[in-house]
Amino acid sequence: MTTLDLAMATVVGGLFATGFFLLLDRSLMRILLGVIVLGHAANLLLILSGGAPASPPVTGSEGPDGRLADPLPQAMALTAIVITFGITTLLLAMVHRAWQLDGHDEVRDDVEDRRIGTVHDRAEERAAAESDLPADRGERR
Amino acid sequence: MLTLLGVHLLVALLLPLLAGRYRRAAWLLAVLVPLAAVVWAGLWTGRVLDGHVPQETLSWASVLQLELVLRLDSLSLLMVFVISGVGALVLLYGSGYFADGGREAGLLVGFAGAMFGLVTADHLIALYIFWELTSVISFLLIAGRGQGVANRKAAEQALLTTAGGGLAMLFGFILLGREAGTYRISQIVADPPATSGALAVAVVLVLCGAFAKSAQAPLSAWLPAAMVAPTPISAYLHAAAMVKAGVYLVARLTPALAEVQPWQPAVLAIGLLTMVLGAWRAMRQTDLKLLLAYGTVSELGMLTALLGAGGQTAMLAGEEMLLAHACFKSALFLTVGVLERSTGTRELHRLSGVGRSMPVVCGAAVLSVASMAGLPPLVGYLGKEAAYEAMWHADFAGRWWAVAGLALGSALTVAYCARFLWGAFAVKPGVERTPVERVPAVLVWPVCVLTAASLLLGVFYRVTGDLTVPYARSEHLVPDPAGPYEVSLWHGVTGPLTLSAAMIVAGLLLHAGRVWVERAQRRMPSLPDTQRGYEGTVNGLGRLAVWFTRHTQVGSLPVYLAVLLLTVIAVPGTMLLWYRPPLPDVTAWHSAVQVPLAVVILAAAVALVVTGHRLTAVLLVGAIGYGVAGLFLVQGAPDLALTQFLVETLTVVAVVLVLRRLPADFSPLRTEPRSLWFRVALATVAGVCVAALAVTATAVRQSLQLPREIIERAPETGAYNAVNALLVDFRALDTLGEISVLLVTVIGAAALLGRRGDGRGRPAGRRRRPGGRSRAAERFGEARWDVPREMWLPEALDVPRRERSLLLELVVRMLFPAVLVLSVYLLFAGHSRPGGGFAGGLVAGQAFVLRYLAGRSAEAAFPLPLTPRSVAGAGLVLAAVTALVPLAAGGTPLSSAQWYWDVPVLGSLHLATNVFFDLGVYLLVLGVCLKLLYALDRVRDAGDTLAPYGGPARRKAVT
Repeated sequence: MTTLDLAMATVVGGLFATGFFLLLDRSLMRILLGVIVLGHAANLLLILSGGAPASPPVTGSEGPDGRLADPLPQAMALTAIVITFGITTLLLAMVHRAWQLDGHDEVRDDVEDRRIGTVHDRAEERAAAESDLPADRGERR
Repeated sequence: MLTLLGVHLLVALLLPLLAGRYRRAAWLLAVLVPLAAVVWAGLWTGRVLDGHVPQETLSWASVLQLELVLRLDSLSLLMVFVISGVGALVLLYGSGYFADGGREAGLLVGFAGAMFGLVTADHLIALYIFWELTSVISFLLIAGRGQGVANRKAAEQALLTTAGGGLAMLFGFILLGREAGTYRISQIVADPPATSGALAVAVVLVLCGAFAKSAQAPLSAWLPAAMVAPTPISAYLHAAAMVKAGVYLVARLTPALAEVQPWQPAVLAIGLLTMVLGAWRAMRQTDLKLLLAYGTVSELGMLTALLGAGGQTAMLAGEEMLLAHACFKSALFLTVGVLERSTGTRELHRLSGVGRSMPVVCGAAVLSVASMAGLPPLVGYLGKEAAYEAMWHADFAGRWWAVAGLALGSALTVAYCARFLWGAFAVKPGVERTPVERVPAVLVWPVCVLTAASLLLGVFYRVTGDLTVPYARSEHLVPDPAGPYEVSLWHGVTGPLTLSAAMIVAGLLLHAGRVWVERAQRRMPSLPDTQRGYEGTVNGLGRLAVWFTRHTQVGSLPVYLAVLLLTVIAVPGTMLLWYRPPLPDVTAWHSAVQVPLAVVILAAAVALVVTGHRLTAVLLVGAIGYGVAGLFLVQGAPDLALTQFLVETLTVVAVVLVLRRLPADFSPLRTEPRSLWFRVALATVAGVCVAALAVTATAVRQSLQLPREIIERAPETGAYNAVNALLVDFRALDTLGEISVLLVTVIGAAALLGRRGDGRGRPAGRRRRPGGRSRAAERFGEARWDVPREMWLPEALDVPRRERSLLLELVVRMLFPAVLVLSVYLLFAGHSRPGGGFAGGLVAGQAFVLRYLAGRSAEAAFPLPLTPRSVAGAGLVLAAVTALVPLAAGGTPLSSAQWYWDVPVLGSLHLATNVFFDLGVYLLVLGVCLKLLYALDRVRDAGDTLAPYGGPARRKAVT
């Protein structure tokens, strides 16, 4: 049975908390930093789940105790690091673009999202407005 | 059968293309396809009726029991005759009806094909697929092209009702398949599953689908609404084919499920109720087509009751009625089409004296209506007499109710039959004689053929009997207590015959007294309108969706993310507290080196939260990344540490290059303290949750067998580094997906970064500043102490003198080749030491980043005549080809081979084919780095004045 030591648990928890905090920000740049930190945290978690520190999983490099680290989480984390890099670049480009277009990198509330919820009210308003119009205009519609 | 199905599909796809130029040929071809099906079925008839059942299988995923099995037994044979026979005649009619109609012809043939598959499929799931196919094609046929709102609404209603019922039916099929242990219909019927609760649910769901498709009350509103479709389409879909799918399904499953409650009560009650209500409504219609539509609803109710009742005679009656209905109802629909074409109306109050002007059409219609009313010697009579007989002698509890319902329905049927004839052809006092135009003979022929079929099938009743008796005598159906019923025109004077005759008289009386009947109908309280029910349901669903959207879709990203985090805390967090897994002995740390690293990481994290300065924040994130890389090294993951270092460096460079454009500080915090504290609390609790999960997850890990085996078997791939073996061999498909994702994201990023502030980008990547010095260089002409005098890097000459640095140029000049060599070394060393394609590619990429930093020009930094695109693309192609080559050699994709050579001077050489895969990864990563570099170059180039982009998107966002 393997155990996670307290120091590493603290680091993982601290990194996740930092990442979550930054993610909840309205500045896209801080969200980007939050994503990077969360990436680190997740990779670290993957690796730590492979067990206590050991020798690299290369045949012939066994240490005095003959233990080798688990290669599977390492391969997964390697994949994750590269994907995180890809996402970072994409978000970075979005930060830049947002700044270029709006002069800031804040994530504002999505007005269209809210408008969807009022679709019926607006349809009724329109219907009411149309019924006020003279009959011939209504027909032409 | 499979060939016929394929031909239907092929011709359906071909017709729209063909009809543009060769209209006549296209329609002829369209007629030939269902005709071929009829001929084919005719050739098989003798053998099928002798009990031989041809069967064809197209196996797809046999492990999942998913296969297309087509089977032709006597019921399927009957249905094929109905569908393809009527189909051929309707298409013939359509060739005279539609002006061009390549689309309609194609869809009709496709529909005929789908119906053909539906009635021959011997697999529940295949049947479902054909079923929904007919729903979709009927939607397209009813909606037409550019036909206006009414058509679209009717089509939508038909689709929603039938496809919704179809979904319920699918669930029913799955339940049924699980209970029976097979999805093959023939096997389910041969060995019906034992009655159980799940089976009862399955029965209800399957019946829902069948009732929706066959327009049974209360789901019947879509059928009259669909009468906006052109007449041939109504004649085919709503008389012969689509609505028959529901009753076919009932007939098909009755032998297996009639004993299961609530099958029998449901089909009898709903079927007979629909029969009476439909006929009652039909009597009020003034539009001849609507009259027929309600009549169809009524007939379908009768068919459902008969085919689902579970007795042999009832099944026989149902089959005969099905055959009869297809003949007379299609003929009558087509007659209405002829009337409409020749007189311009189908309102019965405006038609007068048409019978005298069109004697042939009138004669045919009279015969068809007689069949509908059940008069001898037409086929409708055979069906109706058998129906009375079946209910009269049935042995279930409420049989007299059934007889009463049948009798009432028949009387009303006779009444609307008379109303149809009177309305269409009679001379009406007070109405001007309707002028009649000649119609092409091709419109009249199909009507005559269908009517002749009604007559011949009645007169030669033995043929009808031969076609229908085999299925009706299935072993699981209840035999008639009065002995097997023989199909005949005359059985002597019996109770059922007397009742039938009485009901015909009653119906005629109802028609004669139509003025009083109409008055009575108007005075009666109106029945609940199913159409209004449908509209209410659809509107209610819409409102519910909007209400739900309004309360969940608030448009604020932090709110959405907070909800996600709360879910993380609520679900796994409470589970964790609930189960409280035993905590193992916890140590403070495994290795002392971890402690300083942990301190550095946590300190940087805290500083990151507090800082308001962008550059500081980026550097702090970099510090965290390097710290984590250090922890990787401690954990025994040098590959990971290497990649992490490289990626972190690249990230920091990229972010800093973009940051130069952005303000130095974050926008000042405008959040209220309360929400800030909420964020802090939420993030902290979520972090604690994850940490607790991490501790528990690692503690419960038990199997260590897998890693050992991976390490032991890594040398089989030619690699001694197990991580590398995993990446390029064991999990190479993942790697292939990963590099594709990487490429896609960077292409997206480059596209966003490359856009200019003014929206007018220069041609991507093809930029060369005119030789000599830039404007900036001229402006800041004076030199600094370390401006190089020699040409260390050719591209650095373009950099303003003030900004050049001897140290940087010298170092880059010396390091660049060495770094490239290192990258190639890492690529090949990956097999036995830390390294590999990712690390190698990143190192190579960073070599070019270095040159870029010194020379400020991406193209000069990468002077080869290649674009980053082609490098990355070549990498992806190489990796993909390496993955696929083993397939050509007969192996499995992504497997690798190895060779060993003894070369005299160099020693032993070893080649594993997966090194090419790794090379692909290397090239792709290098290309991605270069792509990013080019994009960043354009960011720098985009100029200082970033006017808002003036495209339409922007304008829309403003308004």
